[in-house]
Amino acid sequence: MASSHARIAGAYEHPGRHLPDTSHAAIHAESALGACADAGITLADVDGFFCSGDAPGFGALSLADYMGLKLSYVDVTEMGGSSPVAQVGHAAAAIAAGKCQIALITLGGKPRTGGSVAGAPRPGAPEYSFENVYGLTTPGGYALAARRHMHEYGTTSAQLAAVKVAASKHAKHNPNAFLQKEVTVDEVLASPMVSDPLHRLDCCVVTDGGGALIVVSPEVAKRLDRQSVALLGHGESPKLADNGRIDLTYTGARWSGPRAFEEAGVTHADIDYASIYDSFTITVVETIEDLGFCKKGQGGAYVADGALEAPDGALPFNTDGGGLCNNHPTNRGGITKVIEAVRQLRGEAHPAVQVADCEIALAHGTGGNLGNRMGSATLILGRE
Amino acid sequence: MSEQLPTPEVVIDPDTREYWAGTTRGVITLQRCDDCNAVIWMPRAICPVCHKQSLSSFEASGKGTVYSWTRTAKGLAEYRDAGPYVLAYVELEEGPRVMTNLVGFDGDPEIGAAVTATFDAVGDDAALLRFTPA
Repeated sequence: MASSHARIAGAYEHPGRHLPDTSHAAIHAESALGACADAGITLADVDGFFCSGDAPGFGALSLADYMGLKLSYVDVTEMGGSSPVAQVGHAAAAIAAGKCQIALITLGGKPRTGGSVAGAPRPGAPEYSFENVYGLTTPGGYALAARRHMHEYGTTSAQLAAVKVAASKHAKHNPNAFLQKEVTVDEVLASPMVSDPLHRLDCCVVTDGGGALIVVSPEVAKRLDRQSVALLGHGESPKLADNGRIDLTYTGARWSGPRAFEEAGVTHADIDYASIYDSFTITVVETIEDLGFCKKGQGGAYVADGALEAPDGALPFNTDGGGLCNNHPTNRGGITKVIEAVRQLRGEAHPAVQVADCEIALAHGTGGNLGNRMGSATLILGRE
Repeated sequence: MSEQLPTPEVVIDPDTREYWAGTTRGVITLQRCDDCNAVIWMPRAICPVCHKQSLSSFEASGKGTVYSWTRTAKGLAEYRDAGPYVLAYVELEEGPRVMTNLVGFDGDPEIGAAVTATFDAVGDDAALLRFTPA
């Protein structure tokens, strides 16, 4: 498989959460420099560039021009927050096809201080006049999924809150996390209702920030001093509105997950750590069900049992605090899911949450509107 | 006319002209594929099931049931000052689940509740499909 040949050689999370004096483009550039430094290369070495809908201006062309990149391959993928996760697979495919050798993936933005350029309805979107005109918000769309999941499976608000509790227990060890206070289930339930049944603490944070990854060929990885991680498997699948027969209780992880597992040749029991996109608590519950870590409909009970808590839970997740507590740069957090998985495999997560002997990690991205018109992308990564 | 919710401008294009014309007469105009008989939502120029381009229009009953709903505390753009409002999916009797607002409910709606179509004018050329208790 193509992706099994690629390595992630560099990963960098921008530490900024409030960046009024940094431009959109500069956040991408600072993240790119950070990832290059991590990998032990320079921007002059990069020959493939990947970005998504958060890129300002003319996307990759504007940013590549700003950074002075010399490229043989360019990809602008728009799958919402799942884009950078999918792009690790796209970069691996491009490298395997000989189109480039050192691929840079960036994400960055400043929804907290400078308005977001991501996620706005685009002119001509066929769905605009049939969805947005009713006051659709991102929390509203996810709340519709949460209520239907509760209706069909008996999932409770307290169970959803357990996802936030686990994330907050991890975030207290991350000095960069936007929210560092550990919270209880009762505190989640007592927080204001944003779009019922989702409370404010069921929602991810809104932060400035960014991140970048360097994906390289095995030959390049061998030349670098830095420990890289292997891309063992990649799967992606949009889940669409299905001619109006929308089922909000499941996600595209139902297909992206098995593809990634099959390509990697591993099973659920092999996964030591999982980064799960956590735009909202319900996002995590549906995703872990669809990935097969528990039976469909049992995600609420699974998370309420402490499964997500690192380092000793059944499925330690989001040890940086995730989107729920750490950051959600430019209203899309896929790249941070890959970054923390890389940290875990390198043994560089905070000691309080580092999973012992972490050999295989999963990173999953979610984009768009849960269960409706959404992107799903899954990676399985291995320690080198 | 339902309780006062915002009525943002819609985009009327060749795919959706017949649908929007129907709303000004208080009817939901749906498409059906002449080839595979699928009822189609949203309006478009191709059957998303069998990919043929021969489609016919018909008037739906305007009856449906609540598939899911949420009360959003604060909306964006036109909805910023609208106060709390109910965003929902309603499953039409003809099959499609459509995004909409629920209006005229005393207290919380319930999933499965029977609802009926109502229309709020957007200028002279279109009206927004919303639903009230049946």
